[in-house]
Amino acid sequence: MASSRGSTITATETVEREFTDGATAIVRGALAAGCDFFAGYPITPASSILMMMLQNLPARGGIGIQGEDEIASIGMCIGAAMTGSRVMTATSGPGISLYSENIGVAIMGEVPLVIVDVQRLGPSTGAATTTAQGDVQFVRWGTGGGYPVIALAPSTVTECYTLTMRAFDLAERFRCPVFVLVDKELALTMRTVDSGGFVDASVRDRPLVDLSDTAPPEEYRYEPAADVVPMQVYGGDHPVRFTGSTHDEQAFITKNPAVVGALNEHLIRKITDHVEEIAMVKTDMEECATTLLVSYGVTAGSMRDAVATARVAGTPVSALTVQSLWPVPDAAIRDAAAGIERVVVAELNPGLYAREIERVLPDVEVLGIARTDGRLIAPSELVALIK
Amino acid sequence: MTTPISIEPHPTLRNEKDYPFCPGCGHGSVLDSLNEAMVRLELEPHEVVIVSDIGCSGLSDQYFRTSAFHGLHGRSITYASGIKLARPDLTVIVIMGDGGTGIGGAHLLAAARRNIGITVLVLNNFNFGMTGGQHSTTTPEGFVTPTTPGGNLEHPLDIVATVGVNGAAYAHRGTNFDDDIADRMAEGISTDGFALLDVWDLCTAYFVPNNKFSRRKIDSTMKDLGLDSGVLYRQERPEFATEYRRQAAAHTAGLRVDVVEPAVSPTLERRFHFVVAGSAGGRVRSAARLVATAAMQAGWWSAQRDDYPITVKTGPSLSEVIISPEEVNYSGVDRPDVLVIVSEDGLGKSAAFLEKMTGEDTVFVAAGLALPDTAARVVSVDLAGAGRPIPSASRALAMVAHAVDRTGAVPFDRFETVAGQGAFGEKNLDLVAAGVALNEA
Repeated sequence: MASSRGSTITATETVEREFTDGATAIVRGALAAGCDFFAGYPITPASSILMMMLQNLPARGGIGIQGEDEIASIGMCIGAAMTGSRVMTATSGPGISLYSENIGVAIMGEVPLVIVDVQRLGPSTGAATTTAQGDVQFVRWGTGGGYPVIALAPSTVTECYTLTMRAFDLAERFRCPVFVLVDKELALTMRTVDSGGFVDASVRDRPLVDLSDTAPPEEYRYEPAADVVPMQVYGGDHPVRFTGSTHDEQAFITKNPAVVGALNEHLIRKITDHVEEIAMVKTDMEECATTLLVSYGVTAGSMRDAVATARVAGTPVSALTVQSLWPVPDAAIRDAAAGIERVVVAELNPGLYAREIERVLPDVEVLGIARTDGRLIAPSELVALIK
Repeated sequence: MTTPISIEPHPTLRNEKDYPFCPGCGHGSVLDSLNEAMVRLELEPHEVVIVSDIGCSGLSDQYFRTSAFHGLHGRSITYASGIKLARPDLTVIVIMGDGGTGIGGAHLLAAARRNIGITVLVLNNFNFGMTGGQHSTTTPEGFVTPTTPGGNLEHPLDIVATVGVNGAAYAHRGTNFDDDIADRMAEGISTDGFALLDVWDLCTAYFVPNNKFSRRKIDSTMKDLGLDSGVLYRQERPEFATEYRRQAAAHTAGLRVDVVEPAVSPTLERRFHFVVAGSAGGRVRSAARLVATAAMQAGWWSAQRDDYPITVKTGPSLSEVIISPEEVNYSGVDRPDVLVIVSEDGLGKSAAFLEKMTGEDTVFVAAGLALPDTAARVVSVDLAGAGRPIPSASRALAMVAHAVDRTGAVPFDRFETVAGQGAFGEKNLDLVAAGVALNEA
């Protein structure tokens, strides 16, 4: 059967296998999720997402724009989100540095915003075309104040699609920045993919305050702290205020400790009270295994091969793929570690997520494979550590 | 007797709050003029978004009944652009200080070049009034601030000319003392395109005491700097958000996705690595892709990992194709089963592979390249012996075809099928035939 080149595939079309990559899957996921505004700045290895979004949004009635820099790109996304647009931007680690201050704006102003980070080897300019997973802590702590965000890490091409859709859904649900963390290898390596894996997730509508009503809308509120209130967006029949400064419930600047305390507690608890709802992991457990392999993103692929190899050799082993890196799915990690004597965490960075595993599992030996030379972790390296 | 009643819906877009500005500060009067302009244009509060950023001017949005966005220092233009792009029907007005023209200078330039339909009011008082009177982009040379104790050494920014020569539809310079400033603001807001008003005023907390500055000195300074006042730029250019939509209407696009319905396939015993090492511009990646898609046609799974320097038209180009009986989880290649070395650049990327390859593996190398010692079986392919010259951009495909034919890495008929598809199909098949016929030295 001939391959069809340059054709547009919709999720409903029945096809068997495709030769595609994670970046394309992210774009398809974003479009399927109803993303109608994208702004970004060219950076390897995230540029193909920028180009595909700018080439595909206009025909769908959306807006795609290349900003003059990363700061403008995320700024335009935040502005557009405040009109009700479903927005996404994509960059790599150096670009996240430039997004940093505006990530805080999106947290403070409770803006639904999907940020794709196609990680490359750092620090600094590092190696633009070399893969890494070095931003897993950075996206969580990359803006001042320490307030929580959500970060998802697909580990296959089709998960790039489904988790991007999930990211949009979580952004609508929790009104906050949601990161999709991939890397050069997952984003740009072409792979044969089973088309059946491109499964549409439902993406909820943005809960909006009805501003077409004649009565002025109810005030924006912070309590109960864990609740996420419907959003007010520009363009209705009532004015809407937004501020990145500490503010009262009418978005006027205030330093009143009671008001500011309630606001900031709300920004924390709307995430931390819903960790279970956000948590996404994949487990592959084997009875009588004493070693648990833990990984995420592209390295989880090596882990899958390692598990298969070990089991063929008769060595029992269990595996945990963490898909929702932030907030850390503590309970799911603890569940997976039941009866386990040691955990091996494989990641392409200096051991950044292993510290979360150590925190969650203080009584278990945690071993890290922390690679920073740009190469993938080979399955054989993991097999060697399974006891 | 009846009294005529004005039925103007909004006699003011100000709210009930008093301005917070210092005595003698010009900002309040600028905001009053803005209110006057908006009332005159009969704008409703929900139709206007006032976007502010940081500094004393950044407080401004809180004194209006309109929609408001208060963001980061110097970034107001970016939020405003996003709002306008998504909702061109809204009136979007940026209020920023002279400080923002420094830290946000790139946004000022970009907004003017795009001619995006927002109006920017620069409340320009020549210093950072909120943080202690430090010098800004517009502090004139010689003027004293806490950060220029010996007098400013930097040339002041001509904001109006900067946006004017870069495509702004409307640019005006004036002071808050001008009688016509509300008229000009109304003109700017009504402009279909990027409008900027550089409004000079007094910072009585710092700039006035530090420089014995005054209303009269505003005028003389403007003259000394050789700057004119008034509407200095007016130009007809398409407004960006409107033009974008006009262009989008004619736009069609699709994502490239190669779809393959796999055929009933011969059994593949194990994972197989096929690596092509050549030069940028040598169509290494497209040749490798034919191997990967041929494998898919055979019913197998594949992955293709490309490596190249950031300057894409020079230096080496490496494509690693993995062919597997099952889905490829790990896309690393340590030891190729087949390595095709097309050029000197490719040879340079092959050392680690050659070291790991064994007698079960095969290297196809362009004749004339000095291959280091390797345990692999070496096949030297004579590109010059094809009876006709094979240009450098075609060598990768010719050699890959040769290697596929000799090793059966993928079924040759599948390879031929995919090579023959698309706009270059005929040319490809010609090269494939030439490649198969190449002599081995």
